[in-house]
Amino acid sequence: MFDISPTEWTAILLSLRVATVATLVATPLAIAVGWLLARREFWGKALLDAVIHLPLVLPPVVTGYLLLLTFGRRGAVGAWLAEHLGLVFAFRWTGAALACGIMSFPLLVRPIRLSIEAVDRRLEQTAATLGAAPWQVFLTVTLPLALSGVLAGMVLGFAKALGEFGATITFVSNIPGETQVISSAIYALIQTPDGDTAALRLVMVSIVIATAALVASEWFSRRAVLRLHGN
Amino acid sequence: MLKVDVSKRLGEFTIEASFASDGRVTGLFGASGAGKTSLINIIAGLLRPDRGIISMDGETLDDTTTGTHVAVYRRRIGYVFQDARLFPHLDVRKNLDYGRRMNRLAEDSGLWKRVTELLDIGDLMDRRPGKLSGGERQRVALGRALLSQPRLLLLDEPLGSLDEERKEDILPYLVRLRDEAGIPMVYVSHDAAEMRKLATQVAIIQRGRVTAFGGTEVLPTAHASA
Repeated sequence: MFDISPTEWTAILLSLRVATVATLVATPLAIAVGWLLARREFWGKALLDAVIHLPLVLPPVVTGYLLLLTFGRRGAVGAWLAEHLGLVFAFRWTGAALACGIMSFPLLVRPIRLSIEAVDRRLEQTAATLGAAPWQVFLTVTLPLALSGVLAGMVLGFAKALGEFGATITFVSNIPGETQVISSAIYALIQTPDGDTAALRLVMVSIVIATAALVASEWFSRRAVLRLHGN
Repeated sequence: MLKVDVSKRLGEFTIEASFASDGRVTGLFGASGAGKTSLINIIAGLLRPDRGIISMDGETLDDTTTGTHVAVYRRRIGYVFQDARLFPHLDVRKNLDYGRRMNRLAEDSGLWKRVTELLDIGDLMDRRPGKLSGGERQRVALGRALLSQPRLLLLDEPLGSLDEERKEDILPYLVRLRDEAGIPMVYVSHDAAEMRKLATQVAIIQRGRVTAFGGTEVLPTAHASA
């Protein structure tokens, strides 16, 4: 029962790689967007907010199909990227990372935005009176004080990326060794006669990873409270 | 020499203030809500005047006729707030060193020693702000502002959040600061006794206007309140 087969290991490691890359690439963007939403008023702010949250409410298959249309080999962006940068998403693990990144983006932005909103603006003003330029204020005051929110967002986004299924399978299909992540491997196993035991093994692996991520996220938010009180 | 001649509308309230001071400590005296804090926020660059000029030692910081507005972080004007506003994620040492790092100034162990001795904060270095008393916090905030090497120091009721006993503890430090640090200060308070001990020149502020300017003799007598 606990003998994880090489194919299953491949799916687990690929899942971890996809989720890690998706989270690391999405985080700087999520910090930028979270800061914009928390600290700036601009035309189209509500629209930006809505677009970011769309993947949460759209059927994942719709998001996956839109990705295929845009980033597929014949898609407007996909064709350009393939020709000019040699970057191909369709049916590659990079495409799985892109799908996971977009699907987990709202979960990443939300805690970051909230934690930036919670940073006392008077501390930012104080930093300016001490000679800190706006980018220095951001790096030395805003970001450190919001750091626990950033980490909590990263953990949530990572867990979401790990479990992503609908958009990924629509966009990059289910190719063992290339795009078959834990969830699509489970899906394939369930449809195979005698695949139950293997499916259950992967189910337990996902439960362990997801639980660890939630525990870590909780720990980071506790740290956030302590930090803001200067202890 | 600090020259201020500004007006600024804030809701139903208008600040119209004009004075020039080369005193070591310029006191802004008035009741709460008279516009003292808004006025030093304008000097610090945190608020932009609707009209007028601010200059420090001949350098124009604000001039609405030419659209000049020097950004807060380029003014080199230190600011000590009523609530110390120490950075909670940094220990005392890093709070004190913050301004030097941001301004990319060379380390100056002589200045560091003078300031930490003057304020008696040498023993607090490794503590977090959450573990300091109100008086200690305010002394660290003073030290932090001084170590950023400002050319002017703004103090907004720095004793305001302390009880009477603590005030008596901190006041001597402020007097020493005035006599030893050599940095001109603008000191905001609604406490006439405090003002008399510290200020070398006083502007009386009433409903956003400077109604009197001069030595400490312009302050109301001991039993009158602001």
